[in-house]
Amino acid sequence: MALALLATGLGACSAEGGTPTLTWYTNPDDGGQTRLAAACTKASGGRYRITTSVLPNDATQQREQLVRRLAAKDSGLDIMSLDPVFVAEAAAAGFLRAFPAAEAAHFTQGVFPPAVQSSTWDGRLYAAPFWANTQLLWYRKSVARKAGIDPNAPGFTWDRLIDAAVRTGTTVGVQGSKYEGYMVWINALVASAGGRIVGGAERGDDASIEIDSPAGRRAAEIISRLARSRAASPTLSTDIEEQARALLNGSRGGFMVNWGYIWRAENGDAKDGVIARNIPSDLGWARYPRVSPDRDAKPPFGGIEVGIGAYGRHKDTLAVDAVRCITSTPNMKKYMIDSGNPAARAEVFDDPEIVRQFPMAGLIRDSIGVAAPRPITPYYTDVSGAVQSRWHPPASVDPNTTPGRSESFVRRVLRDQALL
Amino acid sequence: MTTLESAPAAGRRAGRRGTGRRGAGRADLSDRGRAERRLGLLLSAPAVIVMLMVTAYPLVNALYLSLFSYRITAPDDRRFVGLRNYATALTDSLFWQDVTTTFIVTAVTVVVELVVGFGLAMVMHRAVFARRTVRTAILLPYGIVTVISAFAWRYAFDLQSGFVNTWLGLGDYAWFSGRWSSLSVIVLSEIWKTTPFVSLLLLAGLAQVPRDLGEAATVDGATAWQRLWRVTVPNMKAAILVAVLFRTLDAWRIFDNVFVMTAGQQKTETLSFLTYRQTITRTAIGLGDAVGVLLFLSVVLIAVVFIRGFRVDLSRVRGDR
Repeated sequence: MALALLATGLGACSAEGGTPTLTWYTNPDDGGQTRLAAACTKASGGRYRITTSVLPNDATQQREQLVRRLAAKDSGLDIMSLDPVFVAEAAAAGFLRAFPAAEAAHFTQGVFPPAVQSSTWDGRLYAAPFWANTQLLWYRKSVARKAGIDPNAPGFTWDRLIDAAVRTGTTVGVQGSKYEGYMVWINALVASAGGRIVGGAERGDDASIEIDSPAGRRAAEIISRLARSRAASPTLSTDIEEQARALLNGSRGGFMVNWGYIWRAENGDAKDGVIARNIPSDLGWARYPRVSPDRDAKPPFGGIEVGIGAYGRHKDTLAVDAVRCITSTPNMKKYMIDSGNPAARAEVFDDPEIVRQFPMAGLIRDSIGVAAPRPITPYYTDVSGAVQSRWHPPASVDPNTTPGRSESFVRRVLRDQALL
Repeated sequence: MTTLESAPAAGRRAGRRGTGRRGAGRADLSDRGRAERRLGLLLSAPAVIVMLMVTAYPLVNALYLSLFSYRITAPDDRRFVGLRNYATALTDSLFWQDVTTTFIVTAVTVVVELVVGFGLAMVMHRAVFARRTVRTAILLPYGIVTVISAFAWRYAFDLQSGFVNTWLGLGDYAWFSGRWSSLSVIVLSEIWKTTPFVSLLLLAGLAQVPRDLGEAATVDGATAWQRLWRVTVPNMKAAILVAVLFRTLDAWRIFDNVFVMTAGQQKTETLSFLTYRQTITRTAIGLGDAVGVLLFLSVVLIAVVFIRGFRVDLSRVRGDR
């Protein structure tokens, strides 16, 4: 350990010779952020150099690494790509540099409201929205035709979706493993039913837990119904995004809810011959299904916000400039085309080049605009973990008991009265 | 830790065995003896200091922190709660569920590894031709990093990338969707990975059994089975106990396989994983350290039971007798 510390120290010193170096911790994305870092380095005209360091794949593990570095006041952590759900925790702990109002206006201008909401804690902006994400209902057009349904019809619900899959012997792919993605699904269902999981989040561990509500029970009904139907994936309780995608491409593929990356991934795989070449032309998309026909769906909200470490050497100067470069509208567009991850500013979606490359750009824009963020609380990891613990596996969910049991469990976990 | 503890104990036993010189003790020590002892202490000092730094300090620190309600992300809210974290852990059904899981994994793997490992040790011991190849082939799994072997097993049993279901004609049976099927895969991979270690220790034990004892038994008309149970096994009891102790301690702290294959889903979480999730994932340092200290105490208990109860002589592993 001493050696490792020594090595880091030496590494940091050697960088101080010439151009100041900013280290940007990124989530894995096939190199899009690294290319953007290079572009911003070039654009700075030698004022700074951005190097990137890739975090683990899983959002929870990304947070683990960042929190440990920040808790140790790591001065080598200048910029970080944060999952929106972790901004509140890092902000409340003093790990992030807040943007003063004058700067904040620039970073939030034209940005989707859920992205601004997720980047804000206690009235101050702690991260700059970089890209925003949402889930769509992806489906095989041929299956929808066979089932005689139009997922794009107004008022299309989860119940009709499950019926259609059962009728055609196909599946509805979702993220049902015990991880953040399952919480995404639960939260979207609760929000779409008009409820919320946490209220008064600013009160920290005294926040009110509201999952034991009619909306919570309605969400549980849908999960339980799908999990016990023939439309469920055989590996539902361990499925993450990529398993759901493989399910859609398989012989029983029919429908799935998944993030925007699907379009790029499916086209890429078809081109490489990993999946049948005709799949992309059979791939349809629609707005996230509703819970009840008369209430608009609240699709999940995701993406990445860029935060500045509170202990970095250049936090008030170069790091701010770098973040300004990274999150500029042209760079958001560039990054969207490069990586397939949707921009955080609505105007990018009207760009002709974007529309050409992403035929569903308009739908993604509208969905992000009305998306429901997951609970914004410094105790998000505990809330999410506790909900997952009581709602997993999906087939065990009982609308009569699960919401109530999870509500009391979240409370006990928040007060350190239970292990998680 | 155990080696440190056992050294004086072994010394005491050796002293008791010494015959007429008992009582003369200290006075007998020559100048040279004293100098050697001093040199010995001097030479071992760096190791002891490093051990204190990397083992004793974190341990005491964990013990101290376990008395607080403390989160890394809310350092200002730290407050002393005494033994409350221990009470929370010990009255939590999740803790006992994880104890049960850990116990099942430990019991099954140690028993199977001992039996299979003994068989493999016999094969390595008796191999007449291609001795090196046989030994290398048997030891190969032990040379593979646990995380990598865990991934290999996970992908083998995975529905989309795996071949196991095709081979066994299981259709779309989801191994990692049930508690017992997941645990079976975890246990299997653990056995595959560490049986070579057991067989290596047992091979050392087999090599210590004098050949003439077996020959004498054969002359007396003992069957192969009788020779195994009456001659071979009793003569390698020390090696067997050492193998069981090492493997029990390792299996009790199992982490990698569970982390990679199920991440603790389907009630496959073990004690060390529980500690990891409280401390690292939740950053609930106080509660997590309490679980960690409980895990440590259970490890000490196992070691004490073996060393005192079964009189395992650790010096036998080093082969310096």
